[in-house]
Amino acid sequence: MSTLFEKVWNDHVVVPETVDAPGVLYIDLHLIHEVTSPQAFSALRDRNLPVRRPDLTLATIDHSSPTTPVSTFKDLLVAGESAANQIRQLEENCETFGVELLGFDAEERGIVHVIGPELGATQPGKTIVCGDSHTSTHGAFGALAFGIGTTEVGHVLATQCLLQRRPKTLAIDLDGTLPPGVSAKDIILAIIGRIGVDGGTGHVIEYRGQPIQSLDMEGRMTICNMSIEAGARAGMIAPDDVTIEDLSGRPRVPKGAEWNAAVTRWRALGSDDDAVFDRQVTIDAASLEPMVTFGTHPGMVVGISEPVPDHGDASFRKALEYMQVSPGKPMTENDVDVVFIGSCTNGRLSDLEQAASVLRGRKVADGVRMLVVPGSRRVKREAEARGLDRVFAEAGAEWREPGCSMCIGMNGDTAARGQLSVSTSNRNFEGRQGAGARTVLASPATAAASAIRGRIADPREYMDSNT
Amino acid sequence: MMQAVDRIRSRTVVMPTTDIDTDQIIPARFLTTTTREGLGAALFHDLRYAENGDPNPDFPLNASDVAGRRILVAGNNFGCGSSREHAPWALLDFGIRAVISTEIADIFRNNSLKNGLVPVVVDADTLSWLLDNPGAEVEIDVPASTLTLPGGETIKFPLDRFAQHCLVEGLDQLGYLESQLDAINSFEEQRAWTP
Repeated sequence: MSTLFEKVWNDHVVVPETVDAPGVLYIDLHLIHEVTSPQAFSALRDRNLPVRRPDLTLATIDHSSPTTPVSTFKDLLVAGESAANQIRQLEENCETFGVELLGFDAEERGIVHVIGPELGATQPGKTIVCGDSHTSTHGAFGALAFGIGTTEVGHVLATQCLLQRRPKTLAIDLDGTLPPGVSAKDIILAIIGRIGVDGGTGHVIEYRGQPIQSLDMEGRMTICNMSIEAGARAGMIAPDDVTIEDLSGRPRVPKGAEWNAAVTRWRALGSDDDAVFDRQVTIDAASLEPMVTFGTHPGMVVGISEPVPDHGDASFRKALEYMQVSPGKPMTENDVDVVFIGSCTNGRLSDLEQAASVLRGRKVADGVRMLVVPGSRRVKREAEARGLDRVFAEAGAEWREPGCSMCIGMNGDTAARGQLSVSTSNRNFEGRQGAGARTVLASPATAAASAIRGRIADPREYMDSNT
Repeated sequence: MMQAVDRIRSRTVVMPTTDIDTDQIIPARFLTTTTREGLGAALFHDLRYAENGDPNPDFPLNASDVAGRRILVAGNNFGCGSSREHAPWALLDFGIRAVISTEIADIFRNNSLKNGLVPVVVDADTLSWLLDNPGAEVEIDVPASTLTLPGGETIKFPLDRFAQHCLVEGLDQLGYLESQLDAINSFEEQRAWTP
C-alpha cells in the first residue's frame, strides 16, 4: 500500500531520518548547468574533494546560451562578459572534475530538462536533481525529480547524496474527458489556479486519471514541469505503456536483458490501489478550456472566455496594475507585442507542431515579434525535417537555436519594458522576461493564435474542427 | 558559507506583498556571477530602483532608517519560484538574517538554512500584526525557536532540530554528509539495480 513517490523514495534511503537528523537520500542522476554550479565546484575545490560519481553527472549549457542563428557555433555571441565567463567556467569545471559536458558543439545540447528525457538518461524510479526548480519535469517518467540550491549541488557532487526530510503526498486526480483544443498546458494552469501557487508546498504531487494517461510523454512533461509553480517539490506520473514505448531505443536506457528487468521494475512503480495520500484533489477535465494568466504569478489564471476577476487584496490590485489588464474583462481584449514559443515547459517537438498547425498558411500580425526557440538541437533537427521551420518563417516568426531564451531572459532574448508577451514558458513573475515586461502564460496553440490575431486569442478559432 | 546565528534582535523591514518570488528578490540577469559575494546590490533590484537607476522612494528597503535592520517581514509564500541560492545570498549580503512570513517556499527555505538565514513561519494573526507595525523591534531566539514581539509576547516557530543545530553552530551540512560515507558506500554496493 505505497504511493509511487514512496516506492521511489524508499528505494533511495541510505540512512533513515530521525527526529534529530534528516535522512540521507541517494541520487541517481545529477544534471548541471552553467548558472547554479560554479559556486558548488568552488566548494569542492576549497575542500579538495573530487566529484564522487561523474558517471551519474551530466552537464549542459542552456540558461545563457545564445539563440541567434549563425553558420558556426564559434560565431555565437554570448550576452555579456560575465555570462561568457560563467560558460567558460563550466567547461573548465567539467574538464577538471571529469564530468561529461554536452557543450556548444554537442549534437545533444539543449535545455537540461529536454535533453535528459531525449537521451533516455531520465528513467522511471530514478532520483534526479538539478540546480533548477523545473527539474520536476522528469517526474513525468515516474522519477522523483526536484530542484536544489547550489549548496546542495555541492553536496551531490561530493557525496551523490542529499539530506532530506520526507515530503507529504498530494494526489491530483483528473476525471472526465478533455475537450478538443485543450492541452496539457491548460490542464496544469487550471490545476495551479485551483490549488494556488502555494497549494503544493511541502508535497510531492502525483497526477492521475484517464486525462493524464491519455497524454503523450511531452504533454506529461509539461504538467510535471509546472509542479513547482504550485509550490510542490516534485510532480510524478506513474510509468505505463506510453512511458516504456517512449523510452524504448533511447541511447542511455538499459539494453537487452537489463532492459527487460528494468521494464518489470518500472511497471511495479505505480501507486497501489490502497495507497494513502496526505491530500487529494479532484479536477473535472471536461470543464476545462484554454487558459491564460492575467497576473504576476501562475495561479492568477482564467479560462480564455472568462473575465479577469474584479476584486482581490492589495497584492492582487498591484499585479493587475503591473499587467495593465482590466478587471471584469476577458484577456482576449489585450493587444500582444511579443510571442515566445519554447522553454522546458513547451519547447518540445509536439509543442512546436501545435503552434505550427495554428500558424500554417497564416501570418503573424503586424507589430508582433514572434520567437520560436526549440528546446534542444534534436528538437530543432526533427522540426526542420518536418518543415516546421518553414511554417514559422513563412508566417513571419524567428526560428532560433535552442536554449532557455526568453523564459528567463538571461541570454539577451527579452521583451521590452511595458511590452505584453504571450509566452509558453512557466513564470509570469514581474520582470521575468525583461525588466518591466508583462507576461501572459499560455499553451503553444494559444500563443500562436495570439500572434496571428495581434491580441490574445482563443486557439479553437484557428483549429480545424476535427482536431 | 554558513554563518552562525543565535539571537537576532532588530527592528523589522516590512514588505506586505504576497508571493514575493525569487525573480523579485534577485532578477535573473544578476545570476551570471561565479561567486556568492556582493549580491546585496542586486537585492530586489527592479523594485528598489527606477528605470534610470534612482532609488524608488516608496520601496521599504530605501527608507532612510533601514540600515542595520536584520529582519524582513513579508506577505504569505515568500521565496516562491526558482531554486537560485542567489536569493538568500543577496538577502544576507544586504544584512538580512531572518525572514518572517506565514509560509516560506520549500527550496528557498532549504537554501536559507544552508546559509544562516533563518526562516520564521508564524500564524496569520502574528503576521498581520507585524505587517501593521513596520519597524517593530522583535527578537528571534534560534536555540529556543521563538519570536518575541515588543510587548513581550513570545511565539514558537517550527524549526527542524538538525537545521537549528547547524544554524546555531554555523555548521556546513556537507561535513555531516561526509560522516555518512560508510553508509553511502554500502548502499552503492548492495543496490538491487544500478542507475
